[in-house]
Amino acid sequence: MSRIRAGVISFPGSNGDHDALYALEHDLNLDVRQIDYRETTLDGLDTVVLPGGFAYGDALRCGAIARFAPVMGSLRAFADEGKPVLGICNGFQVLCEAHLLSGALLRNRTMKFHCSWTHLRFEQVNTSWTTGLAHGDILRLPVAHGEGCFYIDHRGLADLEREGQVVARYCTPEGDVNEVANPNGSVASIAAICNQRRNVVGLMPHPERATNDLIGGSDGMRLLGGILNSTLVAQESR
Amino acid sequence: MSDSGTHGHRWIIEAEIMPKRGVNDPHGEAVMSGLKSLAFANTQRVRVGKLIRIEVAAQSEADAVDQGNRMCETLLANPVIEDFVVSVAQIG
Repeated sequence: MSRIRAGVISFPGSNGDHDALYALEHDLNLDVRQIDYRETTLDGLDTVVLPGGFAYGDALRCGAIARFAPVMGSLRAFADEGKPVLGICNGFQVLCEAHLLSGALLRNRTMKFHCSWTHLRFEQVNTSWTTGLAHGDILRLPVAHGEGCFYIDHRGLADLEREGQVVARYCTPEGDVNEVANPNGSVASIAAICNQRRNVVGLMPHPERATNDLIGGSDGMRLLGGILNSTLVAQESR
Repeated sequence: MSDSGTHGHRWIIEAEIMPKRGVNDPHGEAVMSGLKSLAFANTQRVRVGKLIRIEVAAQSEADAVDQGNRMCETLLANPVIEDFVVSVAQIG
């Protein structure tokens, strides 16, 4: 049995790429490869992660330029094949700009950069990356973003809710979803969503920065560990 | 082909990009609170957007407008959160 092969895309300005590579390699024991944004093939990979950071310095809008990076054509094909894709923070913003996920991320309601621990309540766990969780699980994960306010119009929100694409919402430590626990003003307290096919997942918090109690928490492992059981990963890699 | 860039006249495209109605604009709210605290008491609403100025070669006004619209649709504006208006002026 070979190990799951995970790629992490590094854009100019990505700064969470090494956090993701470290977590996937050392904490999850995956076979990892750093993917340069100029590469044009993702052959041989079972899953791809778009990391946090500030691709292209957030010029124009977060993720707007990264969307046209050479690697993105292959990423679209990879996602179209139904393979697991995870976007974390800036990676989530890139996936929205690329229309691989719906909605957009706006400047935080408070105008402040939020760097703190948050709690998330998972409502949909049958996605590529969240099968390690149970419905209603509450995870404590850090956020670090200035533009993490998820926005979608009424119709788009209704579609997401109806199709079960709202993966997680910000909540209190007890699991209550309310405006006090919503760090950035996201519509319906949304912290994570998936696409209709459920293989592409995006979230603002950083599971890869919560993989060990030595760094403040290990709940990220409960999320990331889901990839080990994902049915979307080719059988021979599991 | 309007993208050739070697024919026609020089035009300035101005793309004005604004947050859509109903989309939160905390930047605008912060500017409004600044204006109010500077005694611009009549301030009622502020929205902050972008103005992007692009110099292009174009065959005609319609061509320049078309280029601007396509730039906005492709990259400059995100239709989920922003509206845009393109205006053009010939400069050579």
